[in-house]
This record gives sequence, C-alpha cells and structure tokens, in this order.
Amino acid sequence: MGGMRHKHILDMASLSDADIRMILDTAVRMKEISRRPIKKVPTLRGKTVVQFFYEPSTRTKSSFDLAAKRLSADSLSFSKATSSAVKGETLLDTVQNIEAMQPDVIIIRHGSAGAPHFLAHHCEASVINAGDGMHAHPTQALLDLMTVREKMGRLRGLDLLIVGDIAHSRVARSNIVGFQKMGAHVTVCGPPTMMPIGIEQMGVKVAPSLDDAIGGADVIMMLRIQKERQAQFLMPDEREYAAVFGLNLERLQKASDDVLIMHPGPMNRGVEIAPEVADGPYAVILEQVTNGVAVRMALLYLVLGGK
Amino acid sequence: MDLIIRGGRIIDPGHFDGEADLYINEGRIAALKPGGGTGEAEKSVKVIAARGKIVAPGLIDLHVHLREPGEEYKETIASGCRAAVAGGFTAVCAMPNTHPPNDCAQVTEFILERAQSAGAARVYPVAAISPGLAGKGLTPFYELAAAGAVAFTDDGLPVANSLLMRRALEYARGAGCPVIAHCEDPLLSADGAMNEGPTATRLGLRGIPNVAESAMVQRDIALAGLTGGKLHLAHVSTREAVDAIRIAKSQGVAVTAEAAPHHFTLDDEAVCDYDPNMKMYPPLRTAADRDAIRQGLADGTIDAIASDHAPHSSIEKQLEFDLAANGVIGLETSLPLALKLVHDGVLSLPRLVELMACHPARIIGVPCGLQTGMPADITIIDPDAVFTVSADNFRSQSRNTPFEGWTLKGRATTTIVAGRVVFALDD
Repeated sequence: MGGMRHKHILDMASLSDADIRMILDTAVRMKEISRRPIKKVPTLRGKTVVQFFYEPSTRTKSSFDLAAKRLSADSLSFSKATSSAVKGETLLDTVQNIEAMQPDVIIIRHGSAGAPHFLAHHCEASVINAGDGMHAHPTQALLDLMTVREKMGRLRGLDLLIVGDIAHSRVARSNIVGFQKMGAHVTVCGPPTMMPIGIEQMGVKVAPSLDDAIGGADVIMMLRIQKERQAQFLMPDEREYAAVFGLNLERLQKASDDVLIMHPGPMNRGVEIAPEVADGPYAVILEQVTNGVAVRMALLYLVLGGK
Repeated sequence: MDLIIRGGRIIDPGHFDGEADLYINEGRIAALKPGGGTGEAEKSVKVIAARGKIVAPGLIDLHVHLREPGEEYKETIASGCRAAVAGGFTAVCAMPNTHPPNDCAQVTEFILERAQSAGAARVYPVAAISPGLAGKGLTPFYELAAAGAVAFTDDGLPVANSLLMRRALEYARGAGCPVIAHCEDPLLSADGAMNEGPTATRLGLRGIPNVAESAMVQRDIALAGLTGGKLHLAHVSTREAVDAIRIAKSQGVAVTAEAAPHHFTLDDEAVCDYDPNMKMYPPLRTAADRDAIRQGLADGTIDAIASDHAPHSSIEKQLEFDLAANGVIGLETSLPLALKLVHDGVLSLPRLVELMACHPARIIGVPCGLQTGMPADITIIDPDAVFTVSADNFRSQSRNTPFEGWTLKGRATTTIVAGRVVFALDD
C-alpha cells in the first residue's frame, strides 16, 4: 500500500475515495492497539503534535491527545483562553511562534471557516482540521464512516439521513461529502430556517418531514441543536423542535429494523434525541467516540509518512 | 501653446470622435484640429505622440477611500492620488469614512489642501450624511458644499433609518448635491462574509442575500421619487438592483448608479480558497449577477464605473476570512478591467468614456470634455498594451488586489490634469 498523498487534512472534499479507504483501513489496525493492556506503540516517538483549540471541545481534543500518546508522540494543547489570542495576537503570529519550535503536526479547531487552509498556506508542519466554523470536520466524518462500515459491512448504496441544523453544521457538510464519495446517498432534514440555500447542489435530497424520511434510512445522524439559535429566529423553542424534529421512541417505530442511530455529541437529551433512543439498542454513539481515537491515530500516522 | 497631443483617436462623447490633434494652453483646451498627426511645433512646445491611442476626457472615479485623515498606514491622500493618475484618473471622489470622518468643513478643507499639495489627481470630497456617520442626524450640507463637498453619503454604513434617508435626499436637493447610497439592510446582511448561495453553503461561510441590497435599493428609489432628490447608488452588485434601477429610470426617477470592476469581472466562486482579497462589501455575487451588471453597463441602466478603492494593510487582511476587513483596491486596475469589457465586446470605447468620465462628471456636477476652453484634464489610453498586474508595482500603499498576477490588455499611458502631465507610463 502506498502512503498518504496529502500533507494536510483540511476537508473531505480534498480526499479521494481511495484516500478515505486507506484511512479507514489504517484506523482498523489502530483500533486494535487501544484494546491492548499496554495501549502504546513507539511508532511516532520523537514527533511533536500541537493542538490549537480556539473553540471549546472535550471529545475531539482528548481524542487527538490520546491518539498522539498511544503512538508515543509528544502532544501539547492550547485553548483560546490559555493562548496569546486573548492578548490580541493574530492566528498567524501564534502559529508562526509555535512553528519556530518545530512541531510535526498542528491540529486546529477554529470558529472561522477556512482557518486551517490559512494555516496550511503559512506552515511547514502538517495541518489537521479539527473543525472550522460551519465548514468542515473531516475527522468526525471519517470516524462516522468507520463506525457505519464496521456495523453495516459496507458504505456503498446506504441511505444516510442527517437531521437538524444543517446550515450551521460542519459535521453535516463533511458527512455529506464523505458518505457521497463512498457511494452512499444522503438526505438532510430539518426546519427550513436551518436549511442552507443551495444545499441541493451538494447532491443531497432535502426532506421536509422527519416522519416521512425516517423509514428510508439505514443510518440516522442527529445533530446537536444549539440553544442560542433562538436569537436568530431559527426556531421558536426547544419544545417545538423536539416535537417535530426530535428522535423519540414513537418516531423510531417507523425506522428500519437494523437502523443505526448516530450523534456527534454533545447531546441535548430530550431535545434532538430522547434518552431512551440515545441509550437504546440502535445507538452507536459511544462506538463513534471509540473509533474517533482510532481514526485520529491513523491520520497522525499517515500524515507523518506511515504506510 | 504649452502642449500638443498628436494623432490620437479623440473620443469626446456627444462632441467628437476621430483622429485629431489636441492643443493645450494655460491649463485649458485651446483647439482640436481634426486629421492632424504631423506638422512642426516650436521647440518649447511639448508634443505627445498619440497615434494608435485613445485621447479621452480625464477619467473620474466616483468612489475612492483615501483613508486620510486617520488611517495613513493604509493610504494617504498623496499616495492615493498617485495611484489614481497611474490608473488614468484625473479626479477621484474621496469617501468620508475617515478618522475623523468628513462631517465638517474643516475636514473637507483639510482634504482639499492635502490634495492640492500632492499635485496629482483632483480630489472631490464627499461628505458624510450624518455626524460621525452615526445615522442619527444631518451634517451641515450647505456649509460642506460651500467648502467643496460634491455629494453626501454614509458609505460603508447603510442609512438604516428611512426617515433620515428621506430628509437627506430633500436637504441635499437644497444644497444642489446628490446623495450616494450604500444600500444594505444590516439585519439581513448580519455577520455575512460572502454572497449567500451554493458556494457559501459549501464553504461554510455565512451568506449575504441579494435582497440585503435590493430591498434598500427599492426603498431609496421610492424615497427619491417622493422627494425629488438626486440619488446615486454606490457599488450595485445584484441583478435585482439592476432591474429596479431600469424600471425607476423608465419612470423618470432621478437615480444614477455605479458598478465596480470586481463585480463585473468576478463571481463568488473566486472565494473558494478563502482568500481575504476576495472579500468586500457588497460581496462578489453569482455569474448571473455579474452578467446583469455587464448588461446594465452596456444598456445605460448603470451610469458609471467606480472602483470602490478600499486600501487595507496586512493587519486587516492577513486574517481568517470571516475576520478579515471588507474591501479591495482598484484605482490601478479599474481602467484595464473596463477595457476588457471593450475587448470582450460588451462595451464600445465611447461608452467606456461615458461610464468613466462624462457620466461621473455629470453626477457630481463638474466639467468634463475636450471642447475649447474646458480644463485640460485628459487621459491617453493605449488599448492594446498588455501587462501583468503586480501589486508591488502599485503606487497605492496597499496591496489588497484580487487581480494579482492577471494579464490585462489596455491601460493609461499619460494622465494630464489642468494641462500638466501628472503621469506618463514610461517615466
């Protein structure tokens, strides 16, 4: 097998289906490491991984941190609050200062779409996008692809239904691109206020009603609803949202018998997903988290030249 | 005689189009002699050979941010005026959103003094509609006009208050000046970084819908109809606005409009790499909007080409796309991009001269033309000169051009203000 052609992992659009397959296959090998009693291999010893988190994160940040540690890389994290950004330093200055310390990989989460691309233009190190604004979250899409492939045995021909605030979701965008590249069909569903103009041009079907769309889905991905959206008049309140677009047991009756329920977290229990569904037999939400470490190990390994 | 321009194609729309010699004396046009091209001149007389070139009335850019006073690290009146004449402009309108803003006669006079000492392009100050551009009252229009202001605008900030816009149109009518409207509904454009549509959706950037512009264009046209005030619409970017202007003109409303070269050249796909030099307000729109702007320029719906020259330094531009400042520079690429429309068959050369010289002059009420006795403000254009855009060669202090590396055909070779050569390409 050849190695990774890409120095940076910026979005799903720049990966080919062969790239994605290689990442997922590598992640399967990496997952085995996390099951060992000694969860550490020396593969990336002497490599330095720096994480910049300009937005809050628990899952993604700790997942990258564990991925680096399990491969024996040294890892270091900055949050916006602990970096010089609070002193008014620009992103470029902050990163150039860190670059001067010779890291091998820079992982960035940032509220601005395109911030990782901006860094990639100005950096020697490999850049991995851990979420940029509403644009992309490629490691989330890859761990979702891994989870579905693991549970279903395939990706081609599957029907993925993504439900929620599509307009503001980088998870939705990356999964739309990623699942389509692997031959799956994608439908998006949510209130029209949360449906971005021109979404059809990304090749998806738009379903106005969750009740109508649910039966045709092999995989249902529920997105987190952010409470502050009420200020932008995107929805009247959480009660109505839960009633119309929330996934509860009653609605789940209409789904196929072997449906998978996914959520990128963090969940609002009782809003977009009912507790009985989140904790029920169809949910693979914690498997997603487990696979997240494996996918991020695979990416660190591959961008640093592993095969 | 001080200067003779020999053998060029003189285009003075409505008056003359053909080969001729142009004689200039004491800062004014002394004579236009058709045919020409040869003949002896006295040794003391400067002669410019213009065969194969276009000789036009001096170009005027209605929409320029000179940044002085207050942001001299981006541009000064002197550097902006040097950029103007290098781009073929003999005059520019200076927008009032400086620090302090041009909302009182002292600032207007300061701008005129600085322009005078720069000795390049003429500067026509445009004053603020409201003190501090705050949208809460009227500036002293009569006093400002007496000091030299040629129009009023809160450009950069929309006049959200409809009553204030109405009063501005009425009051400006009394002062004999147009009101220049930056049409934007700030609640609809809120936080937007680019045009709303499939490209913004793919890139995950917040969108600005066309209606953020066109709704306010409709409002301001209606207010112009109500008040009889002269309304000039700045940087029109949407097909809906072009349609609204076309209808308003057919109904006799006193409305004029300008469009910027980036809007008739680029579309929102240009944002694909998150390049902050593709970010401006109003944003790059779709190809359909771009084509509607071109059509509007060709059929007379849009009266003028104006650059919306907006210098920014790397401090404002070398940032994440959504955090970067809006605006691009344009003085030194505006004419070549307009000539591209001529080469592409969208505009005739006389139409280009109307869009960049005659109409801008008429809108702000200043003289323009090559008839005997007129001030000798002249732009000589080589329509076939091919060059590559390089911001490092710009006279502007700033580098934020979306056209870096483009190969363009046609540019100004000589710029003359009041009979004095203020720019010559091969100097």
